[in-house]
Amino acid sequence: MTANVYQLTAKEKRFIGWHFIVAVAALSIGSLFGPFQAMEHAGWDFYEKFLNPIFHSYYEGLTLHGVLNALIWTTFFITGFMTFLIIYGLKRPLRYPKLNALGFWMMVVGLVIASIPILLNEASVLYTFYPPMKAHWAFYVGVTLVVVGSWIEGYGFYLTYYKWRKENPKTRTPIIAFMALITMVMWQIATLGAAAELLVDLIPWSLGLRQGLDPQLDRTYFWWTGHPLVYFWLLPAYISWYTFLPRQAGGKLFSDSLARFSFWLFLLLSVPVGFHHQYVDPGVPEGWKMVHSLLTYSVFFPSMITAFTVVASLENAGRARGGKGLLGWIAKLPWNDPSVLAQLLAGILYFFGGIGGLINASYNINLVVHNTSWVPGHFHLTVSTAVTLTFMGILYWMVPYLTGKELWCKKCAVIQVWLWFIGMTIFSNAMHVVGLLGAPRRTPLGQAPYIPEEWAGHLLRVGIGGIILLISVYMFITIMVGSLVTKKKLSEELEPPVADSLLDPQTTPRWLDHWAPWLIGATILLIIAYGPQLIYQIGTAQFTSPGFRVW
Amino acid sequence: MANKHESMHIDPYEKTWIIVSILMLIIFFGAVTVAGLSFGVRVPDPVQRVDPNDLAASGTFAEPGLKEVAPKRYEAYIVAQTWSFNPREIQVPAGSIVKFYVTSKDVQHGFKLQNTNVNMQIVPGQVSSLAVKFDKPGEYDFICTEYCGVGHAAMYGKVIVVP
Repeated sequence: MTANVYQLTAKEKRFIGWHFIVAVAALSIGSLFGPFQAMEHAGWDFYEKFLNPIFHSYYEGLTLHGVLNALIWTTFFITGFMTFLIIYGLKRPLRYPKLNALGFWMMVVGLVIASIPILLNEASVLYTFYPPMKAHWAFYVGVTLVVVGSWIEGYGFYLTYYKWRKENPKTRTPIIAFMALITMVMWQIATLGAAAELLVDLIPWSLGLRQGLDPQLDRTYFWWTGHPLVYFWLLPAYISWYTFLPRQAGGKLFSDSLARFSFWLFLLLSVPVGFHHQYVDPGVPEGWKMVHSLLTYSVFFPSMITAFTVVASLENAGRARGGKGLLGWIAKLPWNDPSVLAQLLAGILYFFGGIGGLINASYNINLVVHNTSWVPGHFHLTVSTAVTLTFMGILYWMVPYLTGKELWCKKCAVIQVWLWFIGMTIFSNAMHVVGLLGAPRRTPLGQAPYIPEEWAGHLLRVGIGGIILLISVYMFITIMVGSLVTKKKLSEELEPPVADSLLDPQTTPRWLDHWAPWLIGATILLIIAYGPQLIYQIGTAQFTSPGFRVW
Repeated sequence: MANKHESMHIDPYEKTWIIVSILMLIIFFGAVTVAGLSFGVRVPDPVQRVDPNDLAASGTFAEPGLKEVAPKRYEAYIVAQTWSFNPREIQVPAGSIVKFYVTSKDVQHGFKLQNTNVNMQIVPGQVSSLAVKFDKPGEYDFICTEYCGVGHAAMYGKVIVVP
C-alpha cells in the first residue's frame, strides 16, 4: 500500500506546532502562580507585596493557575498531539483540514475571551467555577468555546477515520490513531455534563436571563465532566507510554490486544464515576455514592493493565539493550535521553499518584482527605507529573521532529526533568502530609488563624518544592524557545518513534476494533449510573441561589 | 501470517497480575463497605431542602445553635456564610454524641471538624449532616474547606469538649 509512506507535510506540522505553542505559552503564565501559592504557604506572600495591583489576589492567581495549566495547557497539547496521532497513524491527511483549523481557532478565541475577565479579577472562581459564585459571562462563554472547539477538531478526526475505514476495510486501526479516537470519544461523552452546566445554567444566569440556580445540580453536572477530564489528560500520556516509550527505550509494545482492551475499558468506565468527587455532598444519596465508588474501583483496573504492559515493554527494551538478571534491565534503559527520562520519572511518581487516587476513591476513607491539601498534593502527581512531565517528554522529540532542528541544550533538558521530579516529590509529599493533618485546600494558609505550629515544617517544604518547580518549568520554556529559534538543523529528518508490537496487530481480535458494542455499553452504564439521580435531582431542583461576587 | 489466529494473547505473568489486581480491588472495596456498614463510618445523605434566602422559614435554622435532645445527645444547627460560622463556638461535655446540621446562606462552603471523620460540602439549598462522638476533652476546630471568597482563610469555629 502506497499510503504507508505518508509523511506529514510542512503545513500539517505547522498546524500541530501551533497547538503546542499556545499550550506552552499558557503553561508559562499558569505555572508562574503555582509557586506563588506554594511560597504563600511557606510564609512568603508575594501577592500582597509585589503582584498587587496587576494581579489582584491569591484567588486570581489560583484561577489562572488552574485554568491555564489544567484546562488550556492540556487541551491544546492534547488536540495537537491527537492531530499528529491521527495523521501519522492512519497514514493520510486530515479529511477536512479546514474543519480542524476552525476548531483550533475557536479554542484560541475562547481562550482569549475567558482570559480577559480572569485578568481583570472579574472571574476569580477557580477552574471548578462552582455556582452560586458568579463570574463575568465572558468567562463561561470562553470556556465553552474552548470545549466546543475541541469537539470540532474531534469531528475532523472522526471524518478522517471514516474515510480511512472505507479505504482500508480489513486493516486493524493503527494503534496510535485508535487510542486517540477513543480518547476523543470519551472526552465528547464526558463534556456533556459541563456543556449542560454552562449552556443551560451558567451562561443564561450570568447574562441575567435566569434568576436562580440549584448549586447541587450544577455540582452533579460539573463532576460528570470533572473526573473523566482526568482521563482526558491521562490517556494521551498512556498513549505515549504504550506506543512511543517502548521504541524510544529500544523495545517493542508487549501486548497490542491488552493495550487496546484497556482503552475500551477507559471508554466504558471513565465517565460514570463522578459522584466519587461528591462523597461529602449533601444532595446525593449514600447508595449512589457507593455505586460510583464501585465503578471508580473498576476504572482502576485498566490502569493496572497499563502498568503491567508498560513495565513489561520497558523490560523488553532493557533486555534488548543487554540488561541481565531480575532488575539489571532497568539500568540499561536510556536514562540520559530527556524524553525517556521524563516519561520514566513521570511513571514512578504516577505509581504514588495511583495509590493516592485509590484512597480518594474509597468512599468513607475520602472523609479524611476531602477538600484538604492532600487532594492538590495528589493531582500534582497525576496531572502535573504523570501527564505534564510526559507531555514535556513528548515535546522533547516532537519539537525537533516538527521543526527539523535540534533540541536546544539536551543536557539542560535532562536537568529540567530531574528538577521537576525532585521539586514535585518535595512539594507533593508535604501537601499530602499537611492535608492528612487537616489543612484545607484552596486556602492561603499563611493567613489562616487556625494553623498549628507543627505544620510549619511541612508548609516550608511546600514552598521549597514550589521554587524548584518554578526553576524547572522556566528551564523547560527556555529549552522550547531555544529549540524554536536555534539554527542547528538536524542532519536527517526524525522518524517518529512508534513502537512495533511483539505480536502482529492483525492477529488482534476483530471485536477489539468494533465501535458499536463499546459505545452501547458506555451509554447503558451511564444511564444506570446517572439516569435515576439526574431525573431525581432535576425533578426536585430548587432554583433559589442568586449569584455572588465574593472576591 | 495474517488473520489465522485471532485471539487475545495474554501472557501467563500478565494473567496472574490481572487476577491479583481484581482480588485486590475486591478486598479493598469489601473493607470500605464493612467500615461503612458495621463501624458506622458514614458519608452525608440527603436530609432536607431549605431556601437559602429565607433560612428562618425552615424552622430548624431560625435559631442556629446547640440543642440537647437527650442526656449527652445533641443536635448542632450551624449556618455557614461569608465568612463565618453561626454559631462559631459550641460547648459539650465529653462523651457526647453531636449530630451536625449545616447549611449555607450564600455560596458553597466546607465543614471539616479537625481530628474527626466529619467532613462535609455545604451547598446552599441543602442541609449537610453527620454525627460524631466526642470522647476526649479538648478543642476541635471546624474549618471552612471550600473556597468561598477572599475571607475564606479566616472562616472557622470550634467545639469545646469539657471534661
